[in-house]
Amino acid sequence: MNTASHALDHHDGHHPTGLLRWLTTTNHKDIGTMYLSFSLLMFFVGGAMILGVRAELFQPGLQLMKPEFFNQLIGVHALVMIFAALMPAATGFANWMIPLMIGAPDMALPRLNNWGFWLLPPAALLLTMPFFLALFGIGDGAVATGWTLYAPLSVQGGIGVDFAIFSIHILGISSIMGSINIIATILNMRAPGMTLMKMPLFCWGWLVTAVLLIITLPVLAGGVTMLLTDRHFGTHFFNAAGGGDPILFQHLFWFFGHPEVYILLLPVWGLMPHVLSTFTRKPIYGHTAQVWSFVAIGVLGLIVWAHHFLTSGLPVPALLYFMYSTMSISLPLAVLFFCWIATMWRGAMSFETPMLFALGFIVLFGIAGLTGLVLADVAADAQYHHSYFVVAHFHYALFAGGIMGVMTGVYYWLPKWTGHMYSEKLGKLHFWLTVISFNFTFMPQFFLGLAGMPRRIPDYALQFAEFNAISTVGAFALGLSQLIFAYNVWRCVKGGDKATDRVWEGTEGLEWELSSPPPHHSWETQPVIKAG
Amino acid sequence: MSQTAPRLQARLLAALGLVFASGSALADFTWNFPKPVTPIGRDTLSMHNQFMIIITVLFVVVFAIMVYSMIAHRKSIGAEPARFSGPRGALQWFWVLVPFAILLFIDFVLMGIPAFHAVIDMEDTRTKADMVLKVTGMQWKWQYEYPDSGIKYISTLTTPREQIEGKEAKGEHYLLEVDNPVVLPVGKKVRILLTSTDVIHTWWVPQFGVKRDAIPGFLRETWVRIEEPGIYRGQCAELCGKDHGFMPVVVKAVPEAEYVAWVDKKKTELAAAAASGDRTWTRDELMAHGKETYDKICAACHQATGQGLPPAFPALAGSKIVNGPLLSPDGKLIPDSHVDRVMNGKAGTAMQAFKTTLSDADLAAVITYERNSFGNTKGDMIQPAQIKALR
Repeated sequence: MNTASHALDHHDGHHPTGLLRWLTTTNHKDIGTMYLSFSLLMFFVGGAMILGVRAELFQPGLQLMKPEFFNQLIGVHALVMIFAALMPAATGFANWMIPLMIGAPDMALPRLNNWGFWLLPPAALLLTMPFFLALFGIGDGAVATGWTLYAPLSVQGGIGVDFAIFSIHILGISSIMGSINIIATILNMRAPGMTLMKMPLFCWGWLVTAVLLIITLPVLAGGVTMLLTDRHFGTHFFNAAGGGDPILFQHLFWFFGHPEVYILLLPVWGLMPHVLSTFTRKPIYGHTAQVWSFVAIGVLGLIVWAHHFLTSGLPVPALLYFMYSTMSISLPLAVLFFCWIATMWRGAMSFETPMLFALGFIVLFGIAGLTGLVLADVAADAQYHHSYFVVAHFHYALFAGGIMGVMTGVYYWLPKWTGHMYSEKLGKLHFWLTVISFNFTFMPQFFLGLAGMPRRIPDYALQFAEFNAISTVGAFALGLSQLIFAYNVWRCVKGGDKATDRVWEGTEGLEWELSSPPPHHSWETQPVIKAG
Repeated sequence: MSQTAPRLQARLLAALGLVFASGSALADFTWNFPKPVTPIGRDTLSMHNQFMIIITVLFVVVFAIMVYSMIAHRKSIGAEPARFSGPRGALQWFWVLVPFAILLFIDFVLMGIPAFHAVIDMEDTRTKADMVLKVTGMQWKWQYEYPDSGIKYISTLTTPREQIEGKEAKGEHYLLEVDNPVVLPVGKKVRILLTSTDVIHTWWVPQFGVKRDAIPGFLRETWVRIEEPGIYRGQCAELCGKDHGFMPVVVKAVPEAEYVAWVDKKKTELAAAAASGDRTWTRDELMAHGKETYDKICAACHQATGQGLPPAFPALAGSKIVNGPLLSPDGKLIPDSHVDRVMNGKAGTAMQAFKTTLSDADLAAVITYERNSFGNTKGDMIQPAQIKALR
């Protein structure tokens, strides 16, 4: 580096510019931006895949694709949306906001942070590469087992499975590094006076998420490694002929897979009270109760995994245990709903876009929670399981809960990040189109499931035709509506009305005391939290 | 963009409305489970209905409070925000704990108790079982076996390819029709044992309220007592590879007398088939029966043309294995030969050990057919009796 120009730089600007800046950055805000941009890109990639699926399902019969390709699209859609869209979005929020909220200058482990992000693009590339390799006659396409990779179907599968296994390994390493960083930051770098119980709920949601990731991801990594050795090195973990058991894979997978649902949702649950408090101009209700609910959901989330395969022939005591433990999750979840509504109660509400998304989230996520309660019932689950009822249920949880939660956060914090206001008009249009088309897409799927349509079929009997047609029209409207979101974000990054430091009238918390956008190094002098 | 967006929104909404309106005018929408015909099915439906009412009430009550708050506590009508952030005093604590207590009651009493009894009932497969049916899932068909009478056969989809590809109008039972349905007597408790030869499949008939996984190398069980004669249709419910959507379950429930007659007829048929395995077949007989068996069992993967779908499903046309030697000079099985592959399958692939599912005549015919079709001109043939000797 040129020492003369380096000497001229003051404390703020000693970093490279252009592409090298992004490759080498250790700044939490730059890394947060990269996570969020990557997430937005992959959201559209995963969305395009599922629009292909919905187009095929518009009418009975095989019109557009072979069943083999259909099976690849559904599985890769799920893996992309979960690992490359939702999880990076939440990590992007954590990177941007945790240091601002707890009064820290940056994350505790900045180099690890950079590495954690830069593992994601190669992992996403590995996951999707078999699609392109197949075009050149190498292999038979991407993983076609659904995202659950159940053995022995995945033992039978082509090279797409190997690519998915390695991709999951890399994604897992990235997530574990991110989690270690977040835990280290939260435990060590809070401003003086900010006790754990005074820490903002968003940070609490992430703290529980990070712990869950560190507990469960190694189990998934172990499970897929056993799959790899079954495929290539003659082991029989999942093969009865060699003394193994295919159901073992399901236990290992869902020991990760169920906490994963809360891993995706806890950051959003942490964010909600902040948004509700801001737009009701009233303090958060039940801060302590929400903290303990997060912890309770985290703990319960680790011990209910087998409700994902209740039809696999578990013994009766196991069925009863997993049924009742799953039902008990409704209790801490109900505490959260109670606190959200009590926060709104007797406030002075206004309905800007983040508030609209928060309210939409609460109502639609409520449907996910309530249908989850009936799914826990073993006997009724025999009808719901593997059917479109489940597909609808988890899209209410992960689109309306996860993705709309992320959008709440983006609209809420975007002015703080960019220093500009987004277009409120476009934001509201985006909200209404999203909510309406979302329900058009997924509400019919509940009825399809009840009528008996199984998941993951490329073609279906004639009695399912009408609901499928509605669902497909809804899905295309939903997908296209998200272009408004991308445009609105892009416009806001480019310019727009100046945002004030507090951005919203009713904000509380350290993050709103910094300028919008915040300085390159967030808190150079530690703020002090007053007692009481 | 910001000006065209509202117009676009209006158009999209109009389009959505149109689809919904025309759909509901034409279609017969099903909003709930199909009519149950077993005790478990009825139980499940009534439990489901009860739960749906409970969660609908919960939904309406909770969100009515929220919507009321959104209307009454608006800034635009000059609402002043309160400052409370938690319950204060005994009365407020009481009202906070009441919803919690209600939910506890709903979870573990109102829903929990009927659910407990339903589970116990559903899993009681053995008490007073009248007969056993063994179901074996395999890519992508079902095999049904009646251990009491020794009947065993395969059931595959009969919907023609042309209907699936849209070249012909789709029939009434599109994708839900098979060549050999399971036949079961009405009013008998049937214990169903399930397993699989390759990957995990799930046997599901919605009207029975029964869904159970078929797991390779293990036996799982469930039971049905069908109360009304009729034809009941379902599907495989676990993703099991490319033709997962094309392996329906069709059950024909008949009065007991009719069932007994069916068993007798089936036994006679099987005896005839077994006898045919002992005689010497002509080449034409083997080729004709071989084509029939191939199209039904093998063509899903290796294709009717024998070209396969490489690399997962290799071509038989010009295949080294198919064009290799038939048997060793002393009439023994050659490892990894054509006969070995067809009889014993290949571990870790979709190629099954067909000796467990096909008869001697079927195997001999299909092997002969493959060696003399798709451009393969081995010219040799194998007799059912030779297969029998190799078992």
